[in-house]
Amino acid sequence: MSTNQPVETAEPDSGAAVGFRPSRTLPLRVEARRQLSRRRTFVVFGVMVALPVIVWLALAVGGTPSGRDGSPSLIQAATSSGVNFAFAVLFMASGFLLSVPVALFFGDTIASEASWSSLRYLLAAPVPRARLLVSKLAVALGFSAVAVLVLPLVALGVGTAAYGSGELHLTLAGSLTTGTATVRLALVALYLFVCQLSIAGFALWLSTLTDAPLGAVGGAVGLAILSGILDNITALGSLRDFLPTHGMYAWVDVLQTDPDWTGMVEGLSLAVSLALVFGALAFRHFQAKDVVS
Amino acid sequence: MPPGPRRLWRWAAAAVTALVVVGGGTAVAAGGGSGAAAVQEQDQVFTMPETPGSASTVRIDTAYFTTGDGTPRPAVLLAHGFGGSKDDMAGEARFLAQHGYRVLTWSARGFGRSTGAIGLDAPDREVADVERLIDWLGKRPDVVRDGPDDPRVGIAGASYGGAISLLTAGHDRRVDAIAPQITWWDLNDALFPGGVFKKLWAGVFFTTGSSGASGCRFTAALCQVYQHAALTGTTDAATTALLAQSSPDSVAASIKVPTLITQGQNDSLFPLAQADAMARAIRANGAPVAVDWSSGGHDGGDQESSRVQARTLAWFDTYLKHDQGVDTGPAFRVTRTGGVSVSAGQVVTFGASADSYPTINGTARRTVALDGPPQTVANPAGGMPPAVSSVPGLGALGQLGGLLGGNVSLSQDMPGQYAAFQSAPLDSALQLTGSADVQVTVDTDGQAPAVLFAKLYDVSPDGSAVLPHQLVTPLRVTASGTVDVRLPAVDHDFAAGHRLRLVLATTDLGFSSPAAPATYRVSLPSGAALTLPTDPALRNDRSSLPLWVWVLPLAAAAIAVAIVATGRGARRRRGPRGPDPELEKLPLVVRGLSKRYQGSTDRYAVKELSFRVERGQVLGLLGPNGAGKTTTMRMLMGLIRPDAGTVHLFGHPVTAGAPVLSRVGAFVEGAGFLPHLSGRANLDLYWRATGRPAGDAHVAEALEIADLGEALERPVRTYSQGMRQRLAIAQAMLGLPELLILDEPTNGLDPQQIREMRAVITRYAAGGRTVIVSSHLLSEVEQTCTHLVVMTQGRLLAAGPVAEITGNDDELLVGIGEMGAEELDAAITAIGTLDGVVSVAPAPEEAGLLVRLDGLAVAQLLAELLRLNVPVERVGPHRRLEDAFLTLTGDRA
Repeated sequence: MSTNQPVETAEPDSGAAVGFRPSRTLPLRVEARRQLSRRRTFVVFGVMVALPVIVWLALAVGGTPSGRDGSPSLIQAATSSGVNFAFAVLFMASGFLLSVPVALFFGDTIASEASWSSLRYLLAAPVPRARLLVSKLAVALGFSAVAVLVLPLVALGVGTAAYGSGELHLTLAGSLTTGTATVRLALVALYLFVCQLSIAGFALWLSTLTDAPLGAVGGAVGLAILSGILDNITALGSLRDFLPTHGMYAWVDVLQTDPDWTGMVEGLSLAVSLALVFGALAFRHFQAKDVVS
Repeated sequence: MPPGPRRLWRWAAAAVTALVVVGGGTAVAAGGGSGAAAVQEQDQVFTMPETPGSASTVRIDTAYFTTGDGTPRPAVLLAHGFGGSKDDMAGEARFLAQHGYRVLTWSARGFGRSTGAIGLDAPDREVADVERLIDWLGKRPDVVRDGPDDPRVGIAGASYGGAISLLTAGHDRRVDAIAPQITWWDLNDALFPGGVFKKLWAGVFFTTGSSGASGCRFTAALCQVYQHAALTGTTDAATTALLAQSSPDSVAASIKVPTLITQGQNDSLFPLAQADAMARAIRANGAPVAVDWSSGGHDGGDQESSRVQARTLAWFDTYLKHDQGVDTGPAFRVTRTGGVSVSAGQVVTFGASADSYPTINGTARRTVALDGPPQTVANPAGGMPPAVSSVPGLGALGQLGGLLGGNVSLSQDMPGQYAAFQSAPLDSALQLTGSADVQVTVDTDGQAPAVLFAKLYDVSPDGSAVLPHQLVTPLRVTASGTVDVRLPAVDHDFAAGHRLRLVLATTDLGFSSPAAPATYRVSLPSGAALTLPTDPALRNDRSSLPLWVWVLPLAAAAIAVAIVATGRGARRRRGPRGPDPELEKLPLVVRGLSKRYQGSTDRYAVKELSFRVERGQVLGLLGPNGAGKTTTMRMLMGLIRPDAGTVHLFGHPVTAGAPVLSRVGAFVEGAGFLPHLSGRANLDLYWRATGRPAGDAHVAEALEIADLGEALERPVRTYSQGMRQRLAIAQAMLGLPELLILDEPTNGLDPQQIREMRAVITRYAAGGRTVIVSSHLLSEVEQTCTHLVVMTQGRLLAAGPVAEITGNDDELLVGIGEMGAEELDAAITAIGTLDGVVSVAPAPEEAGLLVRLDGLAVAQLLAELLRLNVPVERVGPHRRLEDAFLTLTGDRA
């Protein structure tokens, strides 16, 4: 017998079937394939691709908004250049829209398996619970990243095709070169993705709590809406700094010649912190949960 | 594993969490604790001679702020700004009083309730007043003394109050430290820079000091000086002499006390150059000096009052209290703006500091070449319309621009009235800190003196130009030739790609310029370049990020660890249970299993259930609906956790996700598939999810059982219940597990499929594998199973081989009609004597006989019964279990 081919064995004492290794269960590729063929995945990506086109059509039909109607200046400048258009689309999507795919991918991931009853078969396969949660989290993270990042990318493409690849015209005097603005766009897109992690963590936690996928997704979207409403109540003062959606617009501060990153750093800090706590709650609950669905 | 270290670690995690919480609480308590000391205010009016030796007097209104007992403490004099009164200083006075100072504020002559004419901090008037206030302090027992009549005293104040602090320090050696803010050093230079009258500011200055019709409230000499300057736009010897008296510059050599100089960057009245001269002179005297370029100034902007106040306190703590533990801050600090925070709706500021003050000449220099043809500029008649840079009284134009929004150019140059020279785009960013120098050639064409206003714009690539802090340098050119131009001192970041533009205009709204029309020719001498001072040692301390930005993620991580570590799931994993070698041969051993669902305290789903399954058995788990079969199966799979008892599979204890579960195939409570995937994809992905080699799956065998044909390629959502059921059983059989658990496998199948399913189960077990089948139908299990476990209401009713439980097939129940007791007894006796009958007895619960045969055919028995005239109504096998079963289900209904 050749020695260069190690015999596949499970842990000596685990009593597992030959060839079974807990660390190899539910590989990311398999989980991705399970999720990828779902219609809702395509709908989400489709919306993200379609939104910039819809905005472009709306601007083409309705004309550029003027300052008089009170529209934000970023949107007034949308048609100045490709990067301007991309930032305008991001501005429209920042408050709420970007939270939806994230809430969907994370809120649905466990709860839908529970509602299909496939969760118990995965757990009995057995896929260790922590492993299952990590695989699902990683795939949801990947899908969310694609959804959140595809929007500015398509917007930049659509905007450049429609309005040319000019400089970013800033509302507060001046402009940024196309190169600088594109780098900022990439950073802002990444930032917005990280910002969504608080919503993602909450959605994942809800997903382990309920067998109804709609409940988990709706709950997470509800948190985003509620947080957005509370953020508008100025009487809350600095308490608002700790709302999960508070930093969603902080990136506007870097759209100036002398960028201010403070808001974004605060947003990152809060998003990462909330994601850690919610993620831990999800793990804690899922580890101990009686799976009765 | 020994539980010790793990537990210790968990405690540590909990302790970290507790610390974070306690830390927050302490901070709040400390915040609430300060500011409690009550401040006593004592108002007093002093009567002082108008000038030394004069008979007429003025009344000076003062207020004295103290806290606590009469322990001697250092004193601080707080001087108000021009147009204000002692009331303006009450807030800061209370602040300093609470921090252990005796604080005296007063209204200067001509302000507030103090009488007398305004002497513009004249040595024999205002300065003399302050010296008398120091006399008063020197006699107070609650003020620290450095000698007889020599109190330890500092003076702080802004603008008019800043100048009095400098002048008093120059005239009275008893002053120990000063903190002047946004003030002048040389009033001649401030009001007549380059010999050009700063008419707008001077006008604001003098009209503020005058009230309506009563006319000029300054001393007669000052009123004359102003009128002369306003009319002629020029200065003269008398003016120069008078203003020099009021300039600290005149006593420069005598100011030898530690001085904290705060000057505003938005200040076209007393620009940074005034502070620069101040700092150099006092430093030359050997006194400690710190220079702080704040974001405020007379043109407005954020005056940073609280920061300046805190710095002033630290300065006095060091030089009045001699507190060694206090940091007076860097020798040089500049407040920079980090742009506008759109989300917070305000300008973001941060500091840059250096260990030594570089002066406005910088510690390093950079030259930038300028280019442009000679240009002819016109001075309009009467100087109208003028170019606009800063407008005193309108506040910070920079902020105004922000409010207006958009590309509003704040500064405006009139076409034809200015010459512009521009640099190439900068190839790297340039941080200018100080005054740039340049040489310009002016041909006055005999129309001397020419007045020009030099300014240095920051031009962005899109052409928009920004004049840093709206500052200009006026110059008076008396004869044609090349002149040195010193541009205003600023701290400004020219970004890479931006250009520098030097503009020389003939007019400026803020200054008086010649009224006669004229044209000048302005050009650059060959090779002319801007020399820009920089200070590489100046470092941004942009730490305006709140502390929680760093603390929060760390605290969250600690909390997250604590949350996970204290979870039930985590505790369970630490169970020290290993495999039990004695049970290794047994596919399944259940011991004392109990489970109560959440919310029900007494109702058990399963209670104290114990049974075991041997290899090769087909075990039927039998019980009515709700007997706890499915709960038991879920516990076998590690899906739910028993409250008590253990489950061992092949000798290994079952916990959630125990690896030994990989030897078990299960179908529990219905199918579970991804509806959007085909049957084949579902099986394929399920097997891949187990991570086991594809070759071990034995897909062909499983698919044969599923018997789905072409439907295998359709999405599962299109399947009937039976199809799903078969696919699920096929999934359970993937990999041909040693133990197969099937929960109600024939539900939803048609009779033909039920028959096939039974055959499949029997065949499966024939290979030495073990199968557990649950059902609520006896008929279902008795035909396929070798052994039975009967449950009801969560408890074990019976366990053993099928025959033992269901009763012998040879025992018959003979149902009979109406019959007399004696006749029945006779019949029983008669039958009991027949050959081939083992026993006969009356049926316990109904009219009938239980007969056990051994050799006698049923037909022969029937014939005998009829012969004995027994009214036989039916004959069938006796089912003890079924009877019990019916009773139970009857109870439940």
